[in-house]
Amino acid sequence: MSSTPRTLLDKIWADHVIEELGDGWALLHIDRQLLHDMSGSRGLQELAARGLKAACPELTFATPDHTVSTAPGRRGIDAPLWSVLREGTAAQGIRLFDLGESGQGIVHVMGPELGFVLPGTTVICGDSHTCTNGALGAMAFGVGASELMHALATQTLMQRKPKAMRIRFTGRLAERVTAKDLILHAIGRLGTAAGTGYAVEYAGEPIEAMTVEQRMTLCNLSIEMGAKIGMVAPDEKVYAYLRGRRFAPTGDTWDRAVDYWRSLPGDANAVFHRDETLAVDALVPQISWGTSPEQECGIDGHVPAPEETADLARREAWQQARDYMGLAAGARLLGQKVDRVFIGSCTNSRMTDLRDAASLLAGGRRVAPHVQAWVVPGSEDVKREAEAEGLDAIFEAAGFHWREPGCSMCVAANGETAGPAERVVSTSNRNFVGRQGPGARTHLASPFTAVASALAGEIADPREL
Amino acid sequence: MTPFTIVHGPAVPLLIDNLDTDAIIRIDRLAAFGRQEIGPFALETLRQDPRSVLNRPEFAAAPILLGGRNFGCGSSREGAVWALAGYGFRSVVAESFGDIFFNNCFQNGVLPIRLERAKLERLAALADGGDAVTVDLVAQRLTFPDGSSEPIVVDAMKRAALLDGLDDVTRTLRKQDAIAEWQAGDRGRRPWVWEGLGGGGRTGGG
Repeated sequence: MSSTPRTLLDKIWADHVIEELGDGWALLHIDRQLLHDMSGSRGLQELAARGLKAACPELTFATPDHTVSTAPGRRGIDAPLWSVLREGTAAQGIRLFDLGESGQGIVHVMGPELGFVLPGTTVICGDSHTCTNGALGAMAFGVGASELMHALATQTLMQRKPKAMRIRFTGRLAERVTAKDLILHAIGRLGTAAGTGYAVEYAGEPIEAMTVEQRMTLCNLSIEMGAKIGMVAPDEKVYAYLRGRRFAPTGDTWDRAVDYWRSLPGDANAVFHRDETLAVDALVPQISWGTSPEQECGIDGHVPAPEETADLARREAWQQARDYMGLAAGARLLGQKVDRVFIGSCTNSRMTDLRDAASLLAGGRRVAPHVQAWVVPGSEDVKREAEAEGLDAIFEAAGFHWREPGCSMCVAANGETAGPAERVVSTSNRNFVGRQGPGARTHLASPFTAVASALAGEIADPREL
Repeated sequence: MTPFTIVHGPAVPLLIDNLDTDAIIRIDRLAAFGRQEIGPFALETLRQDPRSVLNRPEFAAAPILLGGRNFGCGSSREGAVWALAGYGFRSVVAESFGDIFFNNCFQNGVLPIRLERAKLERLAALADGGDAVTVDLVAQRLTFPDGSSEPIVVDAMKRAALLDGLDDVTRTLRKQDAIAEWQAGDRGRRPWVWEGLGGGGRTGGG
């Protein structure tokens, strides 16, 4: 008996349909929900306002990350939505990992780290970077406060099945060229709307070669190319990553789970609605120059000039981006003076990121005197592990500020902002106008490039260190 | 939710590509103000520029917003739709939308309409003087100020919900038995999803 070959998306989708609603819509079971102190607090307020109770509170974890301070020794801070989250989760019987506790952290860091997110599960959070969790082979996507409330009340969502897109990479990443560079390059090539309406599955040897944490960085930026969902088929690395984690299955249940997970990767001849192939052999570290993640280039590249595109709308967008960023047409990125460096965010705040960054700080290297440089670990557990390895001491000896876990300068919802016209090299995921503070100029890059730029005091190539 | 049938009035031609939800509502406003209070802060960064089309008097009470490509990309914040709705917009017509924003619109009685670029530009030119545009969800038609019109393609389920002002949660809560039955089966199929989470929580359904 032969059946139609299925993609990873097809398989996960089919295993969560409670009821087909017609026209491609389905009532889907939601296996995992993550709440944070912006949308999570709002969702809990909406739920309470309607007099509803969480249907399956044990399938939801909560943690404060967006609006809380990351200042060392933070206490007694003014974050009203943090209180809302604490009160709302207590009222609903939802487990909260609060400040200072093991488990607290950026939702997309702590979910996988706790073994809460598993392959083949449906995962939602009121946060567009929920796609990060797709690195484990989960179908994870961001929702708004209404959908969040719907899922809390019913443990389901009405969803329309997205189309499937595969992006296959070929070749090998050169030294000091990372998952971040690979995905920035893909967004630059395909554009910020390429994935709209699609679930993207990343494939190819460079992806297989990546650690699970690097795949999280990769999947994290799926939304920056318009895709709500980004995934990598689960493999042995994922099972090794999950085994023994706090909430991961154990014993016979673990064995059953792994058997099931091994059945999830797409069938050989499965058909995608869109298929792209990108070579990475010659890829150099990437950096964004403008105010959209697609406005990026190689570290040795330049800001494009108007004549480099015939598209009038794009010309105008480029002009506005150059004006905001304070960069002339044709200017080189290398050598642009930098005011701040931020290593952190759900993109690049995991142990591998911090190890990458610290690895460039040997031999008494120091952050340039005029640069304010921050390292913000993604979670309490990352912080503790990094401190146990002595990474905090390495960063501090080099002149970096070592902080408490949270979203910090990525989302800048907590007053942790760059000033007007300050140039920031940031490992975060968005360089939007005003994202890191009104007038702040954000260049997206990898932790390697961030460190190289912090040391040089200007945008610098990490391969030269 | 306010039902959506016909909306008639000026349409602000704001044809900016990749207008992200950070630009629609600043995060610090969302952190400081409630859902009903953020309307005045919609698109404030753009409105700071006195030359912005949003500041023209003929658009002061416009119920329709015209956007470019990939409107509402970026952050999933539903506050972006709350802000636009609070500011007075009932419909956004754009070349394309960020997926999460597009979906959030329907949850809040705001109708997002995709329109191909050439037609969008023609509509923007016609709407520039403040003449009224009509969005008719009943007849599924978008009528330009010169009387010409385009069909609107709206998902049947979403259309029905908007017309009735119906809420997804109410509908799904009626399916609680089917959900509980599915979950009972799933505990056997995928016990690892349900076991080991601790906290002693009880599962829903009844």
